Amino acid sequence: MRYTSIYNNQSISLNDIPELGYTEFLNVNCGLLSENPQRHCVNFFGYKTGEVVRLLCCIADDTTHQIYLSSSIIEPDSSLPSFTAQNHNFEKFEREIHENFGIKYSDHPWLKPYRKTENYTFLRSESEELNEVGVGPIHAGIIEPGHFRFICNGEQIMHLEIQLGYQHRGIEQLFLQKKKLLERTTLAENIAGDTTVGHTTAFVNLWESLCGYTPDISLDFSRTLALELERIAVHTGDMAAICGDIAYQLGNSVYGRLRTPIVNFLQEWGGNRLAKGLIRAGKINYPFTKELATRLSEVFQQFEPDFDEISEKLFKLPSALSRMEKTGIVSYEEVVEIGTVGMSARMSGLNRDIRTSHPFCLYGSVIEHNPVLKRHGDVYSRVQIRKEEIKQSITYIKKLLADVPDFKKPENILLTPAGGKFVLTLVEGWRGEICHCAITDNSGNLILYKIKDPSHHNWMALAQSVRNNEISDFPVCNKSFNLSYCGNDL
Amino acid sequence: MISFLLILLASFFFMGVVVRTKSIASGRKGPGIFQPMKDILRLLRKGSVYSKTTTLIFKLAPVAYISSVLMAILMVPHGNNPGFISFDGDFVMFAYVLAFGKFMIIISALDTGSSFEGMGASREALYSMLVEPAFFILMGSFALYTGRTSFFTIFSTLHYGSYISYMLGALATFVFVLIAMIENSRMPVDDPKTHLELTMIHEVMVLDNSGFDLGVIQYTSHLKFAMYGAIISNFFIGVLPLWISVPLFLVVQFGFAVTVGVIESFMARFRMGHNPQFIFILTSVSMLIFFGALLVLGKFL
Repeated sequence: MRYTSIYNNQSISLNDIPELGYTEFLNVNCGLLSENPQRHCVNFFGYKTGEVVRLLCCIADDTTHQIYLSSSIIEPDSSLPSFTAQNHNFEKFEREIHENFGIKYSDHPWLKPYRKTENYTFLRSESEELNEVGVGPIHAGIIEPGHFRFICNGEQIMHLEIQLGYQHRGIEQLFLQKKKLLERTTLAENIAGDTTVGHTTAFVNLWESLCGYTPDISLDFSRTLALELERIAVHTGDMAAICGDIAYQLGNSVYGRLRTPIVNFLQEWGGNRLAKGLIRAGKINYPFTKELATRLSEVFQQFEPDFDEISEKLFKLPSALSRMEKTGIVSYEEVVEIGTVGMSARMSGLNRDIRTSHPFCLYGSVIEHNPVLKRHGDVYSRVQIRKEEIKQSITYIKKLLADVPDFKKPENILLTPAGGKFVLTLVEGWRGEICHCAITDNSGNLILYKIKDPSHHNWMALAQSVRNNEISDFPVCNKSFNLSYCGNDL
Repeated sequence: MISFLLILLASFFFMGVVVRTKSIASGRKGPGIFQPMKDILRLLRKGSVYSKTTTLIFKLAPVAYISSVLMAILMVPHGNNPGFISFDGDFVMFAYVLAFGKFMIIISALDTGSSFEGMGASREALYSMLVEPAFFILMGSFALYTGRTSFFTIFSTLHYGSYISYMLGALATFVFVLIAMIENSRMPVDDPKTHLELTMIHEVMVLDNSGFDLGVIQYTSHLKFAMYGAIISNFFIGVLPLWISVPLFLVVQFGFAVTVGVIESFMARFRMGHNPQFIFILTSVSMLIFFGALLVLGKFL
């Protein structure tokens, strides 16, 4: 056995993951990916066991619904050939391993610190014709810090280098230090403030799997519902922001207003607009009632006509179309090479959606998800995907509301994690695939908690998309991806 | 002198009307008409912060900028009343006095040494350059049409001939509205509301200006709008008596401000690369006016 395969949310004994020599490990994983666009690397990380480092690589296959695991033991500070030289899926992962364990990759094309912000060297142009423009780390608006270094030929962008890490809080370490479940859940809620439901669902699914607890249908129901509500709210807000960036005031104010009833509903349900405190492992503090279902139907009755009207306006406005079409294109080949996930994969025709490929919660049973695909990979595709996903989510929620499961208060279950286990959870948040992994020691204590936000893959797609575009189109490209800084920096 | 006072008056409410129109169009109540002026007064009471990279030019530029616009305003007549400065060929001086102010702002942006401001300066210089032919062909056509060469004499004799002058006036209004939008870096060429430095033109040039200097620059923009509004109104005032021309002036300014607000509410900004094409439209419309004038004078065919 050169690799073992598991399904989403499945916990496996740590000893069952095959251990390979590094060269074989490299060949197996790169071989799995080559010529197989339906596969991508969901997580690749190392952790210290005694004096040595164990590398663990997880490759997801979208058609077989499986995740292939393999591992290898290496010495820290050793010099090794890199995966990246063969496949760029691994680029960020190997930079992280390099940063954490001092592994020197001999043929990594871009071996720079991943989250460290000191002593970072940017690519410089030798030419006197080209000019450099540095943006950030302080953002002009109210969002998060990150540094963007452009090499431009006048108004045209030749190259963009994105340097992140300003938001590093050591979340993965905090998961190990904080021993209480509530503390850990709160941490999960704060991995990325805009994906509270996504990351918390990933955490609770992982934790329940680790403890061998099968959630009641009402728990799965509330998580699925919250995920779709979060998707509608953030997508609508994004459309407002994109309209703002192309200076279309009407769209900006109407979409901005439409986001409010959705987040207000989350407050009615769970006490706050950001859905914090809503998702809990093994229980729910705010059961979804029939009254809330009626309220939500009313919210959609008012939301939908206005949403359709403004979308019709936006998608027929020549000046808006001319800003969005053919701006920030990422081709199918590039997307496969980078291994993007979520919207950033579907925009270029790559069918990658955890809701169909690795179903969780009520997806695959109550909801038969059919991903929204676009072909062009430009800003327009990303806006179209948002619009259609909002409509799709509303349909799903209506289907869910038709049959609200009765809430049964679960008996007071003690959630204790099993020992010597590895668990991997995938959740499709609004931005794309969220991956949480955990490893426990023999007595059931966490020894590793690994988080991967979809932004981790997709930042590279942004850097590629702006090439040969006008520098003044960068903001709208950036907004159309809307990637997370803190989710990436952790 | 009357036109100078009227333009000052219009400059107090012009931007307020634009902002209010935009607010109403997006379903908000919006601030009072005089809020932009109050903001400027607040800025004028503040001190300025200067970066160590900048030199004297940076400190001079805002004052040079507003002086150039004030001087240009002094040349604008009001119907039968000549401007403070009026001589044959004054519209050439008008254009280049404005260009001087713009030049000062551009070199002060370069003075800061910031890559953003350099970018903004290059864009502003490009668009101003493209606007220039439109202005001169337009004014030249009217000079040809009336046989006069100063603002005052052109406007006061414009409507003696046939009614076709009103048609030319309407075309000229179109050109001047767009010149005003471009010169003031408003939509659809530039987005004054954005916070994104990379997409700005004018705003990014004044990123380093603060307090009093910023207030001066912002007020200059109001003055420029009112100045172009005054020129537009001149195409229709002709030799009407003051009791009609003054209300007409205010109506034109108000209508101009509402138009700006409506354009900014209901369309997206152009892609930066499409702006030069758009600005060339103005030159072609000016050419239409030129051929119109030739036709009327019988010098064509």
